[in-house]
Amino acid sequence: MDFAVELRNVTKRFGKVTANNGVSFSVRRGEILSLLGENGSGKTTLMNMLSGIYYPDEGQILVGGKEVTISSPKDAFALGIGMIHQHFKLVDVFTAAENVVLGLDEKGKFDRKAISDKIRKICDAYGFELDPDQKVYNMSVSQKQTLEIIKVLYRGADILILDEPTAVLTPQETEKLFSVIKNMRDDGKSIIIITHKLHEVLSVSDRVAILRRGEYVDTVETSTATELMLTEMMVGKKVSLNIDRPDPVDPVERIRVEGLTCVNSDGIKILDNVSFTANGGEILGIAGISGCGQKELLEAIAGLQKVESGSVEYFMPGETESRQLIGKSPKQIRRLGVALSFVPEDRLGMGLVGSMGMTGNMMLKNYNEGFNFFLDNKHPKELAEEIREELEVITPSLNTPVRRLSGGNIQKVLVGREIASAPAVLMTAYAVRGLDINTSYTIYRLLNEQKKKGVAVIYVGEDLDVLLELSDKILVLCGGKVNGVVNGRDATKEQIGMMMTNLSSESEGGSDE
Amino acid sequence: MFSTIAAWFSRTVMFGTVMMYGCVGETITERSGNLNLGIPGIMCIGGFAGFAGGYFYERAAGDSYNGLICVLLAVVSSFIAAMLVGLIYCFFTITLRANQNVTGLTITIFGVGLSKFLGTLVMGEQTTIVASRAHDTFSTRIPWLYENVPYLGELVFSYGFLVYLAIFVCVGASLFLFRTKTGLNLRAIGENPATADAAGINITRYKYLSICIGTGISGLGGLYYVLDYNRGMWVTENGIEALGWLAVALVIFTTWRPMNAIWGAILFGFLSWAYQFLPNLGVTIPNYAINLVQALPYVVTIFVLVIVSLRKKRENQAPQSLGLPYFREER
Amino acid sequence: MSNSTRIGREPLIRISKKDVAPWWQKAVVRVVALIAALVIDAIFIYLFTKMNPLDVFSTMFKGTFVFDYGTTFFINKLLRTLRDMATLLCIAIALAPAFKMKFWNIGAEGQVLMGGLATACVMQYFGDSLHTPALFMLMLTASIVAGAVWGFLPAFFNAKWKTNETLFTLMMNYIAIDAVACMTNIWRGDKSAMGTINQATQAGWFPNIFNQRFTLNLFIVAALMIIVFVYLRYSKQGYEISVVGESENTAKYAGINVKKVVIRTMIISGAICGICGFMTVAGKDQAISTATAGGYGFTAIIVAWMAKFNTFYMAIISFLIVFLEHGASEIANTYGGLNDYAASVITAVILFCLIGSEFFLNYSIKLRKGSKKEA
Repeated sequence: MDFAVELRNVTKRFGKVTANNGVSFSVRRGEILSLLGENGSGKTTLMNMLSGIYYPDEGQILVGGKEVTISSPKDAFALGIGMIHQHFKLVDVFTAAENVVLGLDEKGKFDRKAISDKIRKICDAYGFELDPDQKVYNMSVSQKQTLEIIKVLYRGADILILDEPTAVLTPQETEKLFSVIKNMRDDGKSIIIITHKLHEVLSVSDRVAILRRGEYVDTVETSTATELMLTEMMVGKKVSLNIDRPDPVDPVERIRVEGLTCVNSDGIKILDNVSFTANGGEILGIAGISGCGQKELLEAIAGLQKVESGSVEYFMPGETESRQLIGKSPKQIRRLGVALSFVPEDRLGMGLVGSMGMTGNMMLKNYNEGFNFFLDNKHPKELAEEIREELEVITPSLNTPVRRLSGGNIQKVLVGREIASAPAVLMTAYAVRGLDINTSYTIYRLLNEQKKKGVAVIYVGEDLDVLLELSDKILVLCGGKVNGVVNGRDATKEQIGMMMTNLSSESEGGSDE
Repeated sequence: MFSTIAAWFSRTVMFGTVMMYGCVGETITERSGNLNLGIPGIMCIGGFAGFAGGYFYERAAGDSYNGLICVLLAVVSSFIAAMLVGLIYCFFTITLRANQNVTGLTITIFGVGLSKFLGTLVMGEQTTIVASRAHDTFSTRIPWLYENVPYLGELVFSYGFLVYLAIFVCVGASLFLFRTKTGLNLRAIGENPATADAAGINITRYKYLSICIGTGISGLGGLYYVLDYNRGMWVTENGIEALGWLAVALVIFTTWRPMNAIWGAILFGFLSWAYQFLPNLGVTIPNYAINLVQALPYVVTIFVLVIVSLRKKRENQAPQSLGLPYFREER
Repeated sequence: MSNSTRIGREPLIRISKKDVAPWWQKAVVRVVALIAALVIDAIFIYLFTKMNPLDVFSTMFKGTFVFDYGTTFFINKLLRTLRDMATLLCIAIALAPAFKMKFWNIGAEGQVLMGGLATACVMQYFGDSLHTPALFMLMLTASIVAGAVWGFLPAFFNAKWKTNETLFTLMMNYIAIDAVACMTNIWRGDKSAMGTINQATQAGWFPNIFNQRFTLNLFIVAALMIIVFVYLRYSKQGYEISVVGESENTAKYAGINVKKVVIRTMIISGAICGICGFMTVAGKDQAISTATAGGYGFTAIIVAWMAKFNTFYMAIISFLIVFLEHGASEIANTYGGLNDYAASVITAVILFCLIGSEFFLNYSIKLRKGSKKEA
């Protein structure tokens, strides 16, 4: 068999976490292979080992039948492997052509015309559209992606890895991308696409390799695969976690989001007409592939994200009049009397001040209360002491910079503070990411306690098993749109997996403009 | 009338040449993402080393004085001395990842102090020393053109060779930065070192080389100041440091393009000398206004800085990673 | 691609970021750096004077710690060292809030000059007409306003349009220098130099305490040192500065108005520089010139940066720098072969060593293990 790339028992660990465990699979010449898996299943890590960014701890990589060592992106290029990352590596003020030749050791003089000609030739061969003289900062996302692909082809790659290439593209752009990818395949190149969009997998690839929790599951011919079968392989059997799920306590409407739309800096709708309700005394889970608008949704509610249109209404406990949160800063929202707590995804970059100790971090949101010119250190210190004891935070002292604590302890400090402010709404983004089992269960317990107190808990998660055991309702986001809300008690993993990866026809139709 | 303007212009060109060297050197440095506030100090060092080269050769050679050797010695010692100080800057900011502003300011303290210290040592009891023959060599005018071209001869061909070299260096640096692959790679480092790194560019090597060459070029500005502009005289209270700061301002004014340095330096020089020549043209300015006019280059530079940040035109901005150290975290 | 089999090679030296170093390590590294600096300086001095290094240091010591009997009264050199230290420290204190916010204010020299110029203006124009308390109030207010305006301008443009603050503040220095030159030119008239302000009336001069006019400066700076320390550490505004300096995102999350904090902090920074100018003109020099700030505006940047926002550390570092400077001039005065400019070289060497030592506090170096060999 003529394999372009073969992986044999590749294992990669980051500290205690095993990202890839004994993964073996192969890619043929002239085929498109989809690499399918949930968030955190180790797809990108695996591919980074092919492109020279990581170095495997164990196992072999064979290119063209020979065992190779890839210790830098340069080595990967030399072997004809090129990867197009999700985050483009381009110099904004340069033209397309300048980006293409950046860092190349070609001898001879810098002949712009020859470079442009070569780029045009590549474009013509595969059906790309790109102006070599266009500046990158003037480019759309899809143009930047095209440029990244051409950069790789210009260097003579015949094994291309695309990391979630369609995540940022419109359906029309996606179609165009797929047609050039097919042209490249017909030209004998091997293409690996990292994705979790099932219909794309089925429409473009020849074979599908599936990863689950860092382990290789299987490779199937696309012609014999169905969406249901792939989803099952991707999400696996339901694992019983035995997380408590108390019954909802007197659910009343607390937050009502209507028609929320946000646009990111590239002008792409990152939230598209999102509407839902979160009730007090319930946990609303939010599921979705990462980067589908979860972060923006929570930040929009918290007053941190610029909103194009839509409304977020807050119902005070015991009141029927609602208060509008859109257009207000976090401070103004607090002044309205809205008890909103938010555990952001970026713990040290947004939720906490890394250089301060627990005490300093306790007052981050309410340091400004009262008219005293000086800080009130006493109460935060007591609170810090309390959280340290109750949540068993391990820290040398209350003044040790929280940056120096372990990930689990950092999260305990953050969640502890947010809960301590007696919220009516508690939003958490990836609250257990990177935490050990024990800390994770502590977080689940804390969330349930809040729920029992009548708090509206919004839990953005990536682990479907947890979402299914913890949430009362699960809202599924797909590409910035709401793809339905299911009952957490009787939904299945496959059902949610399908909703995450496939936009239902009615949601799709609802946003056409 | 003409003679006044001609004198004003020629003073401007000579003054501007000092800045031009400093500016081009600093532009190359900043294009690699390093803000070198040590330029004034480095120019002082370059000035003194060049002077010392010329002065000691002149004394040692006696009757066998050869202009070419003098030029060679002065230029090389100026360039190398400035480069060595640049090397200290590189070592601290690149290898030791020290803060660029702090290191640069220390370099200026060091360079200004060292040049004055060594100068005083050479001078002994005197207050000035002159390398007169070196000055003659450095200020030799272009022979035929100067005498035989009416008007233009006086305006354009009446300077020492370092003036023409400065323009040549500006053009050369511009071609290097914008027309060669090496220049492209260098600019990529200043804009986005992570991308450059991923493209396989050796960031450390590029930064070291570009900063050392850049500081060497800046050093020539000091050399020109002493051996031509200042008539071969070394005095302790010289104007090199002030011109060095003007050169740093000029980099911003030129929006990091060496070609703009040619007319930018002349504009700065024109403004700086306005006070002396305007009275001859019938414009009387009071004594105190001299200083206000001298502040103009800085005010203009601030305007450029603000307008550039306002207009958000990407090409005119400072290199994006200017002042930030690059550190690829080991995994 | 002929050589498709390659062996991954670990670099010889691996450098990785270090966590916060324990206090004893900080102390050891700094002491080693200082010793290295002194050794280099001793070699430098030896090269030019052939002096015994030990003599060098003892002479240096005399620059600060020996009583020196002058013409009328004995002047304590220590007091003079303290005077210069106070100037340097005052500027470093002024920079602390800005640096803590990660705002590169390198315009202290100009802010000091503007404060001094405002003071001189008041002394010049109101010296005869105002009573002493009113005069001092006006001098102080004017200097604070002048310094604050010089700090406000770059902060405003930075907050509004992200205009590069390093370059902006740098340019403001030279405008201030020219402004001072302009005013002194007006005041001096036909005289060759401006000389002392209000020589006859002594209006606006600080009182003589311990036979020195500048004694009051020491108390003002000591007070500022404590006030700014407390402000940064215990006030709500100081807390906001820390959060903004750490992460703008966190600041927004906490509901802090980042622009407001940036502008307010730079006004404070500039205002303290203005006070420094006030003290220098009224207390130290009773005159103004473009050299009033004496380059300390730049040295203070290095002091503030090395002391990591702690004003008490700043006091130690400023004392050290001034001590060495005075020591170097003492050597220059005592022995041939050296001159006054050697002081800045000696200072620069010490600064280099201290700057370089930071590396060993922030990074750890690992040598490649011998196990992996190239095939």
